[in-house]
Amino acid sequence: MEKTTTQKVQDFLINYGVILIMVILVVYTGATQSNFLSVGNFNNILLNMSSRLVIALGIAGCVITAGCDLSAGRIIGLGGCIAGTLLQKIDYSGKFYPDMQPWNVFLALAFVMLICACCGAVSGFFIAYLHVPPFIATLAMMEIVYGANLLYTNATPLGGYTPEYTAVSSGRFLFLNYQIWIAIIVAAITWFIFNMTRHGKYMYAIGGNPQAAEVAGVPVKKTMVIIYAKAAAMYGLAGFMLGARAGGASVNLGLGYEMEAIAACTIGGVSVTGGRGKVSSAIIGVAVFELMKAALQFLGVDANAQWIAIGVIIFIAISLDIRKYVARK
Amino acid sequence: MQSVEIAKAVSQEAKVVILDEPTSSLSDNEVETLFRIMNDLRDKGVAMIYISHKMDEIKRIADDITIMRDGTYVGTWPAEEISMDEIITKMVGRELTNVYPEKKHKIDDEVVLEVKGVSSIHERSFQDVSFKLRKGEILGFGGLVGAQRTELLEGIFGIRGKSAGEVYVKGKKVNIEHPIDAMNAGIGLITEDRRGNGIFGCLSIKDNVGISVYNKYLKAGFVLDHPSINKVVDESIDKLRIKTPSSKELIQNLSGGNQQKVIVSRWLANDPDILIMDEPTRGIDVGAKHEIYEIMEDLAEQGKAIIMISSEMAELLGMSDRICVMCNGKLTGEIDDPKQMTQENVMQLATQF
Repeated sequence: MEKTTTQKVQDFLINYGVILIMVILVVYTGATQSNFLSVGNFNNILLNMSSRLVIALGIAGCVITAGCDLSAGRIIGLGGCIAGTLLQKIDYSGKFYPDMQPWNVFLALAFVMLICACCGAVSGFFIAYLHVPPFIATLAMMEIVYGANLLYTNATPLGGYTPEYTAVSSGRFLFLNYQIWIAIIVAAITWFIFNMTRHGKYMYAIGGNPQAAEVAGVPVKKTMVIIYAKAAAMYGLAGFMLGARAGGASVNLGLGYEMEAIAACTIGGVSVTGGRGKVSSAIIGVAVFELMKAALQFLGVDANAQWIAIGVIIFIAISLDIRKYVARK
Repeated sequence: MQSVEIAKAVSQEAKVVILDEPTSSLSDNEVETLFRIMNDLRDKGVAMIYISHKMDEIKRIADDITIMRDGTYVGTWPAEEISMDEIITKMVGRELTNVYPEKKHKIDDEVVLEVKGVSSIHERSFQDVSFKLRKGEILGFGGLVGAQRTELLEGIFGIRGKSAGEVYVKGKKVNIEHPIDAMNAGIGLITEDRRGNGIFGCLSIKDNVGISVYNKYLKAGFVLDHPSINKVVDESIDKLRIKTPSSKELIQNLSGGNQQKVIVSRWLANDPDILIMDEPTRGIDVGAKHEIYEIMEDLAEQGKAIIMISSEMAELLGMSDRICVMCNGKLTGEIDDPKQMTQENVMQLATQF
């Protein structure tokens, strides 16, 4: 039976509703505020998107397997803080390790990602082998990571970074900020993993039907651990990036970022019911959020009201998402 | 469980009761009880719509028979005026002379699977089961619902735990703790609950077929070789006549019969020596059933060994070369002689305890 025009319009609104709202908002802001549609502003938005995209790409794996990761924000903080303690200028008065030479930037990043990956692997272990629901397992990890970060840094705010580290945020290559390049590379690698490797296919299978995945010979447990470990490594990278941008870090870096990341994935097409979602989903979703935040800022909306806007978007996005897969009777 | 559902409907004093495949998990005795209740209700003036794939039941219980095909209404006839063959013809859209294909396959002497004394970790499940399976053979597993046949075969496949016993594939002892071990040993399993643990509903046909074979189609050791995988999938769609516009179609949009064919393709792509099919035609219309039987006959001709669990007596008797019967977790008997393959013999073994 062919769909009526009303049904087709309805479908379109459901599938792309949030994006439509964004387009309207952007057009309106561009028309009424000067400088919104400027190269400088877009570079700024892209820069904001970069770390958010890395987080969203990491958490996408968890959402595609019908899970979630509440520990993302705290792991971002851990990553930013560890990086901060290793990359301070030798002559900085408040240096964390007064007698230690600042590390090589790449080595520090690798170390941060390794530590964070271990946190993710532990969450993944509890989820896959001990059948703890992802919500609970990552909730527990969230608290543990926060506590560990507090103990490690003694709640000291960090700063005084080496120029090599801050260059991660200020340097450019071919007109694009380094961080944008990092995001592009991470997106490309993630696309490759999702579409061109067994691990990616196993991830979708587990999300689509975990029991069927077992029967079909998918190494479910191993795959789940890798998904959460990989995600955590990416949160660590994001923390590293955010620290470079801000020139400093505290234990509250990244607090609550997991919510926007999950919502961003959902807006773009990752389903919380599992088994569906692409890299483009994360990109679209993150773009929507960053454009919205920038537009509201330019329109002079109270910064505090942004939280309400984020919440409303999450409500709408997830309701529409669920509707897509439940309404079809 | 099914009886509870039926009791619920009866107790609500409904004027119209719709029964959708009510006998799929009932034993023959329970089916008789159901029919008795239905006849009582009819005498009291209750109208009933009975949806079923089971031809003999429809013929027995219905006053009028309505036939639908591919979402369209074909017609309604009084039950006495339409024969079984006519019903099948109208359901399928063409004449179907033999439901079961002609047996052309030959059974080899080589034993491909030997199961010795296999027991479940649960005392109430399968205990001390031993049997052999030969190359090119279709071994039927009969028994009542609850006889633990599915549990036994899932145990052999590595989904359920075993506390004792040995399994030999082609003479070599194998230790199967997980489906991956079973796959490596050349065994495939088509489960009885397609939607529960068979298909990945939200994924494409291609992903549903390919999921078990990725290890065989890799470039540089870890990159998926999509062109080769696409070829395998397209060949399967052709060979098994899966009705779909393309391999990218989501499997949940296919009919039950076509979904089952996709699952069969998944395992065939691995080229297993042994294929376990648990209720292979459950919830599938007559036309697709016939196609599945032909596929099974083809596979046996090619030298594959098939274990078929079936609760449909006609199917069990019509397709099996040999029948093992279980009752309450024990293997109560084997029927080798085709002349001994009768409903009475199977039921006698199925109801021993």
